[in-house]
Amino acid sequence: MTFDFTFFSGSLLQTYVLHGFLFSLQLTVLATCGGIVLGTVLALMRLSQRALFHWPATVYVNGMRSIPLVMVLLWFFLLMPFLLGRSIGAEVSAVITFIAFEAAFFCEIIRSGIQSIPKGQTSAAIALGLSQQQTLRWIVLPQALRNMTPILLTQVIILFQDTSLVYAIGAYDMLKGFEIAGKNSGRPVEAYLAAALIYFLICFSLSQLVRHLQQRTSFTK
Amino acid sequence: MAWDWQFFCNSTITTEATASCFGKGGDITYLQWMLSAWGWTVSVAALALVIALLSGVAIGVLRTLASRWKLVAMMWVELFRNIPLLVQVFIWYHVVPAFIPALQALSSFLLASIALGLFTSARIAEQVRSGIQALPRGQSQAASALGLSLVQSYRYVILPQSLRIILPALTSEVMNVVKNSSVAFAVSVTELTLFAMQAQEETARGMEIYLAVTMLYVITALTLNRIMAWIESMTQLPGVIGVKA
Amino acid sequence: MAYPVALILEEKAVRVVINQYFFNQGCKIMKALPLCMRTIALAGICLISGITQADTLQKITESGAITLGYRESSIPFSYLAEPGKPSGFGVDIANKIVEAVRKKTGKKDIKVVFQAVTSQNRLPLVANGTVDLECGSTTNNATRAKEVSFAVNYFFAESRLLVKKSAQIKRLGDLSNKTVATTTGTTSFTQLRKLSLEKNLNLSVVPAKDHADGFLLLESGRAQAFMMDDVLLAGLVMNAKNPAEYEIVGEPLQTEAYACVLRKDDAAFKVLVDETLIGLMKSGEFEKLYKKWFESAIPPNGKNLALPMSQRLKENLKSPSDQPAS
Repeated sequence: MTFDFTFFSGSLLQTYVLHGFLFSLQLTVLATCGGIVLGTVLALMRLSQRALFHWPATVYVNGMRSIPLVMVLLWFFLLMPFLLGRSIGAEVSAVITFIAFEAAFFCEIIRSGIQSIPKGQTSAAIALGLSQQQTLRWIVLPQALRNMTPILLTQVIILFQDTSLVYAIGAYDMLKGFEIAGKNSGRPVEAYLAAALIYFLICFSLSQLVRHLQQRTSFTK
Repeated sequence: MAWDWQFFCNSTITTEATASCFGKGGDITYLQWMLSAWGWTVSVAALALVIALLSGVAIGVLRTLASRWKLVAMMWVELFRNIPLLVQVFIWYHVVPAFIPALQALSSFLLASIALGLFTSARIAEQVRSGIQALPRGQSQAASALGLSLVQSYRYVILPQSLRIILPALTSEVMNVVKNSSVAFAVSVTELTLFAMQAQEETARGMEIYLAVTMLYVITALTLNRIMAWIESMTQLPGVIGVKA
Repeated sequence: MAYPVALILEEKAVRVVINQYFFNQGCKIMKALPLCMRTIALAGICLISGITQADTLQKITESGAITLGYRESSIPFSYLAEPGKPSGFGVDIANKIVEAVRKKTGKKDIKVVFQAVTSQNRLPLVANGTVDLECGSTTNNATRAKEVSFAVNYFFAESRLLVKKSAQIKRLGDLSNKTVATTTGTTSFTQLRKLSLEKNLNLSVVPAKDHADGFLLLESGRAQAFMMDDVLLAGLVMNAKNPAEYEIVGEPLQTEAYACVLRKDDAAFKVLVDETLIGLMKSGEFEKLYKKWFESAIPPNGKNLALPMSQRLKENLKSPSDQPAS
């Protein structure tokens, strides 16, 4: 079995893969920001005592966590034009789907982060005369997010890997870039190997970064 | 746009309604196709789970041993964790058979299950490792004081306890395997996601099909969740390990 | 103004109908759904049933952009020679239609947005409004005409089999008990299942995600044959590593007409598209385009399909039709 490693030449990668890589990156960043914001809201709703907030959030989070991401992508892609009243492309649909999907996972992480803050903190805040909103905003959330940063970052790495699934709705991400490069040059085997290598390098370095971060924060604790 | 659930009873070949909702001879209805697709999903998930548990526990144990096998295990975990599952499935389907011609004879079902199983094994290995490390060191010390060999101490003392500790995490891994089995659509395994995409194109009834397929996924996930909860209650050691959910 | 009122009344009516149908018929799935999910489902129905009829030209004028669907490996109709830049016979036709839209609406600055479609989602995407026009290798047939509308036919193809010469397969009957690949969402997939049952061939049908993938299955030996329209097969063989290894065999299993896909019940847009196509055919532009894509060197590898215009297509040029081929 001969391999043609000229496949890895710059021009081929640049033409097909760069475009896809930028999209994957963009999707990850947007999904992270949107997901954390929405996830925090969902976490607060889940922790609230009022049934009006508690139950919709619980149903949403449990629902999103039990359906495969591919199905959620297909659902949103089918329903988006109806809900928004106008057509949107696969890329935009993917961004919206990922924000909605990842919010459920970020919600669980943030919720466990909030619950891990010692009760003494909230008691002290009340003793100081802070209202509930102020306690959340200034005391609880900053600490919770700081504690949960390594786990949140791990989830971001998983998110980056999951962006390859937009394949199902035809969006042009890095994996699709490699695939088209492979098919157009008749070398699918080298293309998939290259894709695996690039993904590995990115995710591995990110996870080493997370581990380094974890060691630093646990030292200061 | 109206709901039309009737098409489930249509034959997939002649697209006409059949009397009962199940076709005769080789002719099948969409309902039968969906159920067989569900069967494939469950089969892929089951096979992958077996592979994942066996290799995951082995690798997790290796990571806790103080020997050069630790490095091998670490490389295994890092390799399978850092490559997206879809890419791994493609690798097993297109690339590995090019290197090992014997694997070309394997069906896409087996290759997809192997890919899914090994991906999950890396995650299970991490959980097993954290479960073993959560045990007090006194346990392994007492085991060796009693004269048990390394293998015996793992088999009789350490693993039973650590597996009970990580059962909740294993439950979520089992549910993840079912969800991840949807990735097999990319290599032509006719499971639920592929059925959803194909049937939607053929019958133009996207909403109903997606709804039915989603319901099946949810049902499968919930059933597995209950089974794992039952296993948890069966294996709990009252007062020692395992809190009743 | 009556719109919200109509929506509410419609929702009530729909709720009654659903309750009657599902609970009287004893549909277990619907009963098992918790109340909140049912409400979500009903809300979905409301929104969907509230959408009015399609008017593509108005939509294009309002949004200032037209979304064209393209295929990734339907050589030479619609494929990606470079990322973001679909090319092909169908794409050129679609671009001519976009020029006609610009003239008709009087807006010179209408942008073109390209959206990748697969054989599985092209029809739903046109039907739900994501894609306004798709000119690729979509077969015009009566079943699909219930969901979408087809313009004037611009190509005629026949389904045949692609096999490796070394396999010595000459017709469908030789494939008894073997594995045949075909692309999901195509008419070939449905047809193969039907033929397998009728002729008792016991075929193992492997669905591939797209045409290039199906070819890969044949190339790697996972399938003994790949069934698809002959022109698409020719395009795939042309770009293969060893074109001499393959041959297209078998009696034509079905004749298919390719046409552009647009939304149903959109008379104004259909008239525009049909007029553009007929204009191209009458003025000789169509033949020039055909020569460019079927009888000359095409990207990405500069190979030539060398496929002269079929008799059926020539007849269609004289009297264009938008009806299915058979």
